[in-house]
Amino acid sequence: AVNTLRVLRASPSLVIKRQFMTSISLLQSKHQLTQSSEENYDIIYGPDHQQLRDSLRKLIDKEINPYVDEWEQQQRFPAHIVFKLLGDNGFLGITRPKAYGGLELDYTYSAAVTEELGNINCGGIPMAIGVQTDMATPALAKFGSDYLKKEFLAPSISGDRVACLGVSEVGSGSDVASIQTRASRKGDDLIINGGKMWITNGTQADWMCCLANTNEGKPHVNKSLICLPMNTPGVTVAKEIKKLGMWSSDTAQIFFEDVQVPRSHIIGEEGQGFSYQMLQFQEERIFAALSALVPIEKMITETINYTKERKIFGQPILSNQVVHFTLAELTAELELLRSAAYRAVALYTKGQDVMKLASICKLKSGRLIREVSDKCLQYWGGMGFTEEVMISRSYRDYRLVSIGGGADEVMLSIICKLMNTLPGSRKQ
Amino acid sequence: MSGLRILVGCKRVIDYAVKIRVKPDKTGVVTDGVKHSMNPFDEIAVEEAVRMKEKKIVSEIVAVSCGPTQCQEVLRTALAMGADRAIHVEVDAATYENLQPLHVAKIIAKIAQEEKVDIVVTGKQAIDDDANQTGQMVAALLNWPQATFASKIEKTDGELKVEREIDGGLETIKVKLPAVFTSDLRLNEPRYATLPNIMKAKKKPLVKKTPTDFGVDVTARQTILKVEEPAVRQAGSKLASAEELVTKLREAGLIPS
Repeated sequence: AVNTLRVLRASPSLVIKRQFMTSISLLQSKHQLTQSSEENYDIIYGPDHQQLRDSLRKLIDKEINPYVDEWEQQQRFPAHIVFKLLGDNGFLGITRPKAYGGLELDYTYSAAVTEELGNINCGGIPMAIGVQTDMATPALAKFGSDYLKKEFLAPSISGDRVACLGVSEVGSGSDVASIQTRASRKGDDLIINGGKMWITNGTQADWMCCLANTNEGKPHVNKSLICLPMNTPGVTVAKEIKKLGMWSSDTAQIFFEDVQVPRSHIIGEEGQGFSYQMLQFQEERIFAALSALVPIEKMITETINYTKERKIFGQPILSNQVVHFTLAELTAELELLRSAAYRAVALYTKGQDVMKLASICKLKSGRLIREVSDKCLQYWGGMGFTEEVMISRSYRDYRLVSIGGGADEVMLSIICKLMNTLPGSRKQ
Repeated sequence: MSGLRILVGCKRVIDYAVKIRVKPDKTGVVTDGVKHSMNPFDEIAVEEAVRMKEKKIVSEIVAVSCGPTQCQEVLRTALAMGADRAIHVEVDAATYENLQPLHVAKIIAKIAQEEKVDIVVTGKQAIDDDANQTGQMVAALLNWPQATFASKIEKTDGELKVEREIDGGLETIKVKLPAVFTSDLRLNEPRYATLPNIMKAKKKPLVKKTPTDFGVDVTARQTILKVEEPAVRQAGSKLASAEELVTKLREAGLIPS
């Protein structure tokens, strides 16, 4: 309403102007709720996003953060409990159709929630939530049949079922096209053989969005995404992997031995799984960038607070120019990352393909968060090397960002591909 | 006795988790850019009203807040928690600095009469001024019974049975309606405003009024002379004996020599 008003004020036509001005002013006075403080929010957000974030923040402060240390020690957080809590409050299906329990809001609201999750005091839990909301379910929501959406999407949105994404394998991480898991046809069913690796939520998941080879043909057109219930006979959760960081998030290696599922569990068109997965990656990559913003800011702020108090050679560490200048430089980089991420969100919300920008965001977020955690850790000194302060956990957790969800090198390859600079495949 | 109407007072205060800083000119505390939220005791009051509505004791909940435009955020939270309507009594920022519980109580009392409510509820006190006056004053202005520091409320025919937290322990009283009550910490645990309810709340009515609409004069009745931090606690010192203590006290002139 505000922008229309501005445009109209500049319009030469007086008659139309008068008519519209009155109705717009009426609209404005009715919606003064939203109009008055719009100036205070960042470029993709408004007061409704803030209200959403405040509500989520309360939940995080009360129901999640008090338990994070315990869950990190146990190397597992209770996914069913946490997801149910989030689902009950509407946070797991923000952009999803109302028919399946979602809120059908635009992507900027999803971005707000993703960013707010950064207030959780570890990297593992936001990552696990991201799998549920932005990695295992986008293709299902866009292309799945009504039956599949009722069976798998709706309970994932309500938080009753935990989801995981099964793409990576022991032999295939970055090279998704080379996965070996096969789903052969047997009448109206598929028989799945193979295995998956690095599966977040893998030991607790009720179902997996599984990428498998279903057809003959070239590697990009012979795969399908399949909704696979984890309690199907033949599915073995073989191992819980002990990792350098992200301790509260359980990561599994999974084997499939003659696992039988109906063919109706294929999401969308058979053979299109690879393309669907690529589409899912856009959201996954923007997610990575958005979820890095708050942790980076927190690391910098906490380092400022620590170095203000801690004295060496008679003065606070922060008084040394290299320290406060470095933190300023990192803050500058943070704002650049934020701008790129918000721009990706805005363009994606408009309906544009943001593969290049999203990949850039993912690349830069991994790089920056590692630089911030490393430099901040240095300024924390010996204290930073202990489990008693957050920076050590942050250092461990956020090292993953450059590896998981698409390694830095993959991001660079994608950007080169879009720049048409890869050798051999240069098109005219 | 169904169909009771309830008016809930909600105040926008600096969030409880924020570290308060005094302004350099000592006229007050820093509020610009500082996180604000609904007074926690008012949240408990809203929650109690919503629970009473869910139990069908109450049929309509009206939330009210007095202050500058940002108070609407607090009203939106109340609507998202389950209030049906909201009234924002707009007071400009300058006047708000000197707004006193008596002003607010007069406004709430007037609204209670106009809206013909059966129950007025507020938090027992606000965490910024700790006044603990508004609820009591509303009751006095309306000549209604009051049940303050409520930790449990039950409906019995035509009355409310209220358990109050008092210095000596718990006191249970019966209160005839219409009445005012103020909520204490253990009355309930407020729900989170779920996303679907936040979205639904946008369609609920929120009207803007001014104190003059209710015939209340909000001219300042007092001026704040200065606001400063509590004195930094001085270091003590360990003494060897009672005799030494007495000597030190005499030296400091704290006891007659």
